[in-house]
Amino acid sequence: MTNNPEYFKAERDQEWRVALRSQIKNKERTSRERVKMPEQDPNIRNKNSLEVNLGLTEEQAVSEAQRCIDCPNPTCITGCPVGINIPKFIKYIEARDFLSAAKTLKETNSLPAVCGRVCPQEVQCEAQCFYTQKLKKPAVAIGHLERFAADFERNSGKISIPEIAERNNIKVAVIGSGPGGLAAAGDLVKMGYSVTVFEALHEIGGVLKYGIPEFRLPNDIVDVEINNLRKMGVEFITNFVVGKTSSFEDLKAKGYVAFFTASGAGLPRFMNIPGENYVGIFSSNEYLTRVNLMGAAKADYDTPVLFGKNVAVIGGGNTAMDSVRTAKRLGAERAMIVYRRSLDEMPARIEEIHHAQEEGIEFMNLNSPVEYFADESGRVNRMRLQKMELGEPDSSGRRRPVPLTSSEYDVDVDMVVVSVGVSPNPLIPSAVDGLNITKWGTIHVNPDNMQSNISDLFAGGDIVRGGATVILAMGDGRNAAAGIHAYIQQTLVN
Amino acid sequence: MNKIIDKVNFSENVVKLVIEAPDIAQKRKAGHFVIVKIGEKGERIPLTISQADPEKGTITLVIQKVGVTSHKVCNLNPGDLITDVVGPLGQATHIHNSGTILCAGGGVGIAPLLPIVEAMKKAGNRIVTVLAARNKELIILEDQIRAYSDEVIIMTDDGSHGNKGLVTHGMEEVIKREKVNEAIAIGPAIMMKFASLLTKKYNIPTVASLNTIMVDGTGMCGACRVTVGDKTKFVCVDGPEFDAHQVDFDELLLRLGAYKNEEKQAYEQYLETLN
Ligand SMILES: Cc1cc2nc3c(=O)[nH]c(=O)nc-3n(C[C@H](O)[C@H](O)[C@H](O)COP(=O)(O)OP(=O)(O)OC[C@H]3O[C@@H](n4cnc5c(N)ncnc54)[C@H](O)[C@@H]3O)c2cc1C
Ligand code: FES
Repeated sequence: MTNNPEYFKAERDQEWRVALRSQIKNKERTSRERVKMPEQDPNIRNKNSLEVNLGLTEEQAVSEAQRCIDCPNPTCITGCPVGINIPKFIKYIEARDFLSAAKTLKETNSLPAVCGRVCPQEVQCEAQCFYTQKLKKPAVAIGHLERFAADFERNSGKISIPEIAERNNIKVAVIGSGPGGLAAAGDLVKMGYSVTVFEALHEIGGVLKYGIPEFRLPNDIVDVEINNLRKMGVEFITNFVVGKTSSFEDLKAKGYVAFFTASGAGLPRFMNIPGENYVGIFSSNEYLTRVNLMGAAKADYDTPVLFGKNVAVIGGGNTAMDSVRTAKRLGAERAMIVYRRSLDEMPARIEEIHHAQEEGIEFMNLNSPVEYFADESGRVNRMRLQKMELGEPDSSGRRRPVPLTSSEYDVDVDMVVVSVGVSPNPLIPSAVDGLNITKWGTIHVNPDNMQSNISDLFAGGDIVRGGATVILAMGDGRNAAAGIHAYIQQTLVN
Repeated sequence: MNKIIDKVNFSENVVKLVIEAPDIAQKRKAGHFVIVKIGEKGERIPLTISQADPEKGTITLVIQKVGVTSHKVCNLNPGDLITDVVGPLGQATHIHNSGTILCAGGGVGIAPLLPIVEAMKKAGNRIVTVLAARNKELIILEDQIRAYSDEVIIMTDDGSHGNKGLVTHGMEEVIKREKVNEAIAIGPAIMMKFASLLTKKYNIPTVASLNTIMVDGTGMCGACRVTVGDKTKFVCVDGPEFDAHQVDFDELLLRLGAYKNEEKQAYEQYLETLN
């Protein structure tokens, strides 16, 4: 759990690690090629909803683990938002003690099977790896190894249920069941609190369920984690919108003494261009929710969804990639990404961009829609694009796209998915009087303990950061759990 | 899971259900709605809360069979469980005293109109209500509406009850005869469109309660978006009530038809399974 160099050093000096290091020469370790993740064939997988990545075999994992030279100064850890002891878990894999590897991950990461699949490792741990930094070679495949260890544990049927402190009967409410809420619930229940997670939707999991598709993160994997939390004593209440079904005051009257809000960045943005409300134009949230949460593409589910032949997805993030690849899988002949900057600036995980390219997604970079047109039934049938070029860098450091005059042209489409970002869900911010909100609508918190200006209200994840990542939401959840614990000890127990 | 306590068949296609939902019954105000889902593979549909009893912990919904899901809801019986009910959602009606309010309810829109009529009456307004439907059978909740209205005018397409004619005929009669300070219209989109055109002509501020397609009902998806005064609004969180004169009803009508073919086909298949 601790994040200090002495602790990492003490662990590294353990006999088994010393012995392991001497077994293979560093030269030999660094001469190996990075493992390649086995995948479904692109032309088969773009017609099914099964997972694209098949997972490393034991032999592949051990061999990849051997590439890691167990650096005296493991810089990879600095790139991990939750400070996983990366060399330790990798060396356990090398030693073929896969269950210990999984246990190591779980010291700081409650959802390793999820993070191994969806974290942007190339800008986190793997960016700080000795291979990337010093050798200018492909990093150790930390993400693939994380997934391997977590999957091994799950498939072994020997999932370790963490120890739970004696129940103290102090009630804590968690609002939202995405990764932020789940991580906080896990830590709080371990400390002995009675934890209730309130979720507005009929399913637990937040974006992990309604947003990220099966082919990238199967629901079963999320459900295993949720069931573990249930076994640990976390209570889940679905169909409950805090601020609507009950107010904070009502919940306080029912005995809840502290709140963690992880209500996400659920409000989809549109571009406010003419024609954007035509039939067949969805937000990515709507499109993905219909398909992932509501099963709309399956014959025996009641919710409908439109199937497009020529589908344009506007945006360059993970959500855009998920939408366009979903449209392809649902039969689109042309599935296009329309993004106003170049390929290099796309915020999606690199792996998703590669996968999308392999699956036959068209990338129309340096293009932006300016208007949509529809047939007499109101169904979109054409979009007008404007070409862009890259100008001076903007405040984000990325080069700003500048429209090229008289560059407009039309493309036939029968479905459009707008995926240009999300704003914080305003439900909770507007339900609490006097809560400190930033000008972006996110909840303002003290980053050390995630406490808002209302002392019993803590918050984290996308509702604090705007659209961010799974791992950051989880890190916030854990941080907030510690903050809530300290708050309760100070104010109530003493 | 929420239990059905009572059921009344208003007509072959319109049913009233009383459902156990204590938290919602506590919090609900006129204008609020719930999202309901039947079965694991069901669809989420919005239904306005027509009445609630906080003591008994129940809410009342009035549902018309129009598609697979509403049909499934109507087929439930006392003792049955509804898989998912969430709410109360949306903004409550702004209840205030403005003088004389002309309330227009079309078909199953009479059900969501009832709590508003009741609250507006209790706030001291004079209430003139026009209820309209295709025929006598589809005029629902007439007695309850009468209890909170100073006057009720009934309009049916076929003249089987009240006067023969459209809702707008009844409304115009009132507008011509007395000073109307405000109007409220709830019913099919097309009815609200014409009601709104009428009151615009007479410069009477009007509220319409929009019945868009919804998925989550919490502002997360934008399926429910409409244009109101050149701005895109989400009906589930910004509404369901809006200034009718600002609503783009033509866009609303097109968007309501988004899944027309899919729905028709699914409904036909579903009806076959019932036989
Ligand atoms: C399609 C898609 C793909 C993504 N891909 C990646 C990826 O590959 N890697 C990555 O790291 N990140 C990815 N992200 C981002 C990541 O999913 C989010 O950053 C993360 O889920 C945020 O977690 P959270 O716990 O803050 O909230 P969420 O996961 O958004 O969960 C919030 C939950 O709170 C509920 N809620 C809201 N208000 C209330 C209320 N008042 N009462 C009760 N419940 C409420 C919501 O219904 C929701 O279930 C992706 C996002 C999307 C949409
Ligand atoms: S129904 Fe999804 S935002 Fe309104």
